[in-house]
Amino acid sequence: MRNKVLSGLALLGAVTLGLSACGSDGGDDVAAGSGGGGGGDDVITVGFAQTGSESGWRSANTESMKEAFSEENGFELVFNAADNDPAAQIAAVRSFINQGVDAIVIAPIVEDGWDDVLQEAQDADIPVILEDRTVTASEDLYATWVGLDFKLEGQKAGEWAAENFTEPTTMVVLEGTTGSAPANDRAEGFDAAIEGTPIEKIDSQTGDFTRDGGKSVMEGFLQKYGVDGIDLVYAHNDDMGLGAIEAIEAAGAVPGEDIKIITIDAVRDGMQALVDGKINYIVECNPLLGEKAAELVKAVLDGEEVDKRTIVEDQAFDQAAAEEALPDRKY
Amino acid sequence: MTTFWKHRLFWPAAALVALVTVNSIARPRFLSITMRDGELYGALIDILRNSAPLMLVALGMTIVIATRGIDLSVGAIMAVSGAVALTVIDGSDDPGNLGTVLVAVATAIAVALVLGVWNGFLVAVLGIQPIIATLVLMLAGRGVALLITGGFITTVNSDPFSYIASGYLTLVPFALVISVVAVAVIALVERRTALGVLTEAVGINPEASRLAGVRSRGIVWGAYVLSGALAGVAGIVYASNIKAADANAAGLFIELYAILAVVLGGTSLAGGKFSVAGTVIGVLVIQTLESTILFLGVPSAQSPVFFALVVVVVVMVQSKRVRGAFGMVRRPGRDGPTGPPGPSKHEAVTGRRTEVAA
Repeated sequence: MRNKVLSGLALLGAVTLGLSACGSDGGDDVAAGSGGGGGGDDVITVGFAQTGSESGWRSANTESMKEAFSEENGFELVFNAADNDPAAQIAAVRSFINQGVDAIVIAPIVEDGWDDVLQEAQDADIPVILEDRTVTASEDLYATWVGLDFKLEGQKAGEWAAENFTEPTTMVVLEGTTGSAPANDRAEGFDAAIEGTPIEKIDSQTGDFTRDGGKSVMEGFLQKYGVDGIDLVYAHNDDMGLGAIEAIEAAGAVPGEDIKIITIDAVRDGMQALVDGKINYIVECNPLLGEKAAELVKAVLDGEEVDKRTIVEDQAFDQAAAEEALPDRKY
Repeated sequence: MTTFWKHRLFWPAAALVALVTVNSIARPRFLSITMRDGELYGALIDILRNSAPLMLVALGMTIVIATRGIDLSVGAIMAVSGAVALTVIDGSDDPGNLGTVLVAVATAIAVALVLGVWNGFLVAVLGIQPIIATLVLMLAGRGVALLITGGFITTVNSDPFSYIASGYLTLVPFALVISVVAVAVIALVERRTALGVLTEAVGINPEASRLAGVRSRGIVWGAYVLSGALAGVAGIVYASNIKAADANAAGLFIELYAILAVVLGGTSLAGGKFSVAGTVIGVLVIQTLESTILFLGVPSAQSPVFFALVVVVVVMVQSKRVRGAFGMVRRPGRDGPTGPPGPSKHEAVTGRRTEVAA
């Protein structure tokens, strides 16, 4: 009996939800009509589906997008952060389609599962621009991708290491989150660059891109090999490198001197450590993709041909370059 | 000798000893503790020091679980507490001042306490299921922490603040002192006063204990306040360890590890009987296991599986039914981890005597 009541309630709930969904559809159609139909104005409405706000890098990326798609630049930005929930992100993109925005920018949380919603966007004649990460769906379903080459970042870091460590060197690696594209590609690029050099990778473990992870893994490495047994640390991001600094200092050694550190990202704290001489080399992972994305949105809407992949160039910093760049850093 | 085998803490302790043995065979350096500038240094010391946040959280979790509850919000509370402390220090003119740091720590713990009061209010007064009541804060809390830090990782350079996690009180790390004090206080208060018995009574049968005159509402509420406050301290230790408030990573999944530690220590999720000593061992097993992964050089892609396998083995060994099946115990027990919820009250009262000794 109770079950029947419950399922009845559930059914009622589902029907109401359906109704309200229809209701909002209708409402959105009107909104879309006024937005799309009144195409005389020059304001470009852009829906941006961000992954969430999981890191300092992501915050800087969001800021950059908001700045680039500002009203002054002729945009109206509909922003959604999905808190790293792929289903919520797809729902957000679907609502952008229903709202009839002029273009959609997505920073996909995961690579898979985009085919249907991208097809819907295409059917609605709304161009999709991917930002930062990519998808496995067919290239025909989106206009272009703008982002960074993680492999090249790793390679740049590796090339610097190969140049500067010409004697036998023992290296430990603090990996990013296991299985993530930046972790995989940064490892691959680095390993390729140091092949045939006297640098020997003696251990590698994930620090999950966090400071705490970097610190505790580095502590373990120091216990395992001793301060004298490690010459070089390659951390897949600044935060883990900063954690490693703490661990090295706690072990009574001098980071940047006794144990050299190479990281990727170039966030402000990392750059400060580089200026202080605690980190030796940083390859940038530029979060300021907004400007390029805005350019591409305009180009696509004007019907111009754009490349399927646009890679934003990353810089690399040693101590001197960091000192020069630090005052102007936005993130 | 048979009682030694049957002691409820035997198997968790054996797991810990086994892990330490494996580590020391793999690398004899594991056991060595050296003295450097009057401070102890070594892998074992690192394990004890790094276990402080999990220890604090798991202690609170033990008491909450004993009342038949669960607190999923501890990780989020850690993030909030760290964010509050660092924001206070960052906003002051003199970050290195001891007074500033004390104010920051007090504010952070006060906020954590308030969050614990909120959880307790939802559970004890409004009667919301603990898993739902604390889920609210688990989901919202990290957002609050991000709001406080503005979405960025707040970093400070403050010697008194970094002392909390990295400093030494004469020979031993200060973080270890914090967790030892917390364990001692809770063990004393719960086991040397009637509070422990009352907590177990509430966990075994809230209605019966209420009818017997136990003020169960206050006890349940208190458990969540304690858990919140301890999570607050854990958040400060975590933030101090990295000198930064990382709202996204602070205490991430720690609620699950804390529950695991409690269960490894032999406390049933069904509530009732609990063991502080068991939780301490559970925490050390988890922390040692993390070091083991490093020391054995398990590749990171496989480390979660390795971790899970060890946990499964430890939990299975603890199950009397599994041991019974292998003929290690003559009679299959009645209250293994997956057994029927809670022993009868009579058993709890008699069982308590052995536990005091533990």
